[in-house]
Amino acid sequence: MAEILHRVTLAAQDDFEGWREAARALVMHGVPPESVVWQVAGEGGDLFSAVAAMPLPPVGGDGGFNVPRGFIDIARTAIAHRDPERFALLHALLGRIRDWPGALADRADPLVRRVETMARQVRRDMHKMHAFLRFREIAEPDGAVRFVAWFEPDHHIARMNAGFFVRRFATMRWSILTPEVTLHWDGASLCEGPAAQRADAPAGDPVEQVWRTYYASIFNPARLKIGAMLKEMPKKYWKNMPETALVPELIAGAQAREAGMIRTAAKPQQGHDRKAALAALAEEARGCTRCDLHRHATQTVFGEGPANARLMIVGEQPGDQEDLAGRPFVGPAGQLFDRAMADAGLDRGSVYVTNAVKHFKFVPRGKRRLHQSPNGGEIKACRWWYEQERLVLRPRLTLAMGATAARQMFGKIVTISAARGRAHRLEDGGEGWVTVHPSFLLRVQDEADRREEYARFVEDLVQVKERLTALD
Amino acid sequence: MAQLDIKEKLAILADAAKYDASCASSGTKQRDSAGAKRGIGSTEGMGICHAYAPDGRCISLLKILLTNSCVFDCHYCINRKSSNVRRARFTVEEVVNLTLSFYRRNYIEGLFLSSGIIRSSDYTMERIVAVARSLREEHGFRGYIHLKTIPDADPDLIRLAGIHADRVSINIELPTASGLKRLAPEKSGTRIAGAMAGMRAAIEDGHDARRRYRSAPDYAPAGQSTQMIVGADSANDGEIVRTARRLYDRYALRRVYYSAFSPIPDASAILPLRRPPLMREHRLYQSDWLMRFYGFGAEEVAQAAGADGMLPLDIDPKLAWALKFREHFPVDVNRAPREALLRIPGLGIKAVDAIVAARRVRMLRLDDLARLTVSIARIRPFVTTPDWRPTTLTDRADLRRALASPERQLELFSA
Repeated sequence: MAEILHRVTLAAQDDFEGWREAARALVMHGVPPESVVWQVAGEGGDLFSAVAAMPLPPVGGDGGFNVPRGFIDIARTAIAHRDPERFALLHALLGRIRDWPGALADRADPLVRRVETMARQVRRDMHKMHAFLRFREIAEPDGAVRFVAWFEPDHHIARMNAGFFVRRFATMRWSILTPEVTLHWDGASLCEGPAAQRADAPAGDPVEQVWRTYYASIFNPARLKIGAMLKEMPKKYWKNMPETALVPELIAGAQAREAGMIRTAAKPQQGHDRKAALAALAEEARGCTRCDLHRHATQTVFGEGPANARLMIVGEQPGDQEDLAGRPFVGPAGQLFDRAMADAGLDRGSVYVTNAVKHFKFVPRGKRRLHQSPNGGEIKACRWWYEQERLVLRPRLTLAMGATAARQMFGKIVTISAARGRAHRLEDGGEGWVTVHPSFLLRVQDEADRREEYARFVEDLVQVKERLTALD
Repeated sequence: MAQLDIKEKLAILADAAKYDASCASSGTKQRDSAGAKRGIGSTEGMGICHAYAPDGRCISLLKILLTNSCVFDCHYCINRKSSNVRRARFTVEEVVNLTLSFYRRNYIEGLFLSSGIIRSSDYTMERIVAVARSLREEHGFRGYIHLKTIPDADPDLIRLAGIHADRVSINIELPTASGLKRLAPEKSGTRIAGAMAGMRAAIEDGHDARRRYRSAPDYAPAGQSTQMIVGADSANDGEIVRTARRLYDRYALRRVYYSAFSPIPDASAILPLRRPPLMREHRLYQSDWLMRFYGFGAEEVAQAAGADGMLPLDIDPKLAWALKFREHFPVDVNRAPREALLRIPGLGIKAVDAIVAARRVRMLRLDDLARLTVSIARIRPFVTTPDWRPTTLTDRADLRRALASPERQLELFSA
């Protein structure tokens, strides 16, 4: 610690001019920051009175030196910070700037960083005062009205911030009361008064009830982002804002509403025009470009069947003939599927039949288009349509035929042999069953094996049919 | 219908307006009422959010509809003709008085006025313009005004809106034409596009006039914006980002807003009930930022999406892009051009500017970088400094998992 202390007493917490004059002299005389005690008049008693303090040596006539504009801006702002060290930190920075005017550019330097941070915190506090200060109307003796606000800033910003309110509310009479100072505007001039208390401000304003109505109504209970709210409107400001008292009940109400919505969403929708909804979906799907398959396929092949179907059967993707016809399950596999359905005693006309992927994927080989299985990305891209179909249909049972369909139904890869022959609980509350794809039956070479696989396939269909009856 | 008082009307007409995401009050020219004999208000460039609702949205403007009655039947809209909601209607004078009494108490920056369509598009547009005119001319209001225009209204009427408003907007509604056809069958994509193009021309004419005659009035100084609903039609993130880019370029929009479709009471059967995760909306805004401020092209953002065209929800799109194109990293923070620094995940514009300024005066080491950035742990895998080289990190297969932050809190309510 340096032996000789200088004491500087500033007129107020935000006395920038006082600091500037003193700091300039201190720097000119080479006084290091650690040898200076900064005080504000009327604050903190006389802690250092025991310490011998030298008066500041006078600065010579040509004693000025220039500093960059950027420093003045940042110092003028940072001076309002509540940190008592700010005067010394700015003094240190001024000293450095005198020797090296570019010092502020060294933004990785700890001192520069610290002063920048202070200035930023002050600017934020000023901004929050612009935002969160609330006026209340009172009648004045002459019959005119005055708007009065109580605000508690974090830093010494009230005076610095007055200009904003003067520019905005120039034709109003207003007063801003803070624990440090009060500001009064009469429409022409600004004057200052002593520190105030919250009780000095009016207790309410009838318009606040209307404002609270607005606040509650503009809030969208379907989305809660409490963290985002708290980040920008920390609780310390709440006590002086009329609308924030509503927050807890709005949050509680939104959570109850959410729970209610999940309950209703699980139930099939009654009374809605599901047929129109399906038709509109199919129409929109015609223009689907969610994955690249639309580039080469002829058209989107959407699902078909009654909108009140209780059974949804999902295949893999349209084949060559389906792609041309625009309808699912009309090719060779489709014909086999129809036969098996009849053998199982299921009416295709009462079932909603669709595919996991709704565009035909193929590689051209001469005149033929060879079927290719869709990849994970394509299945995922098409999931949107599958989900929309389910949201409208709400099928009690869903039968996935083949690995691709099963993957769409469960949202993950499953082995057909492992999942086959039993009921699975689906995410949306429905029940899922799994079997092979009819095209698999077409590919079985051995006649006897084929007959056996076909019988198993029909058996799966029968099982689904019986389950459907049991669910009634 | 029984007479409703102002509070009841406000409850209905604010409730009906909340599906518009925009509440910005920034980007307009500066003006104030200092020295004025009458009137009130100021705009100082930066927008001010006077409150935040628990949905995380800023409340900057009094955002209301003139009426929620509507002759249209758009399925995603709570105010559609066939909906069962209570209807209400403000008079021009009521909106003006409400705006002024809120403004005087410092609750708001101004007014965002929209409306359901009653009688005719022209009639509705006239009423909207009448509110703005009254505020500006009769009351000397210098606060912010955002008017939503009605694409089917007479182009001359739409043009009038820009004379009084700081910002005008026309909603594109849905990112795809097929989605618009399904969900808003009475709206025409061509009319909407035509109105936006007309507005762009009017704004540019206004700028021209200002350049030539200082006395020319400002015309929509905060430009025009639009909004699209996300998750109600089949568009994936890649398509949405491309649509947004096209809108920015074609109509010189200031902002495109994305609004995650949120289930509305008394929903139409055409509308899917499932809503997209709120995080999706957030990721789209992040991509929007990448395009507007970080030098990313729409195609580059689309490349950050997965095979299904969707941006990852667990990591931000900039990080997703970096993980996919690791050959661009690590970046030497002391030598790389600004554009390369902007690509580093975890570095914002301010941090990049600070680095560019600071490296002129010193060679940045890792702890210098730590002082200039929010989280050094996030950016370390992607940068080099004289004392740091992420030899193994950049190639680690589990880098994604290491950097993905668990944001369960947000997702909790959006399932």
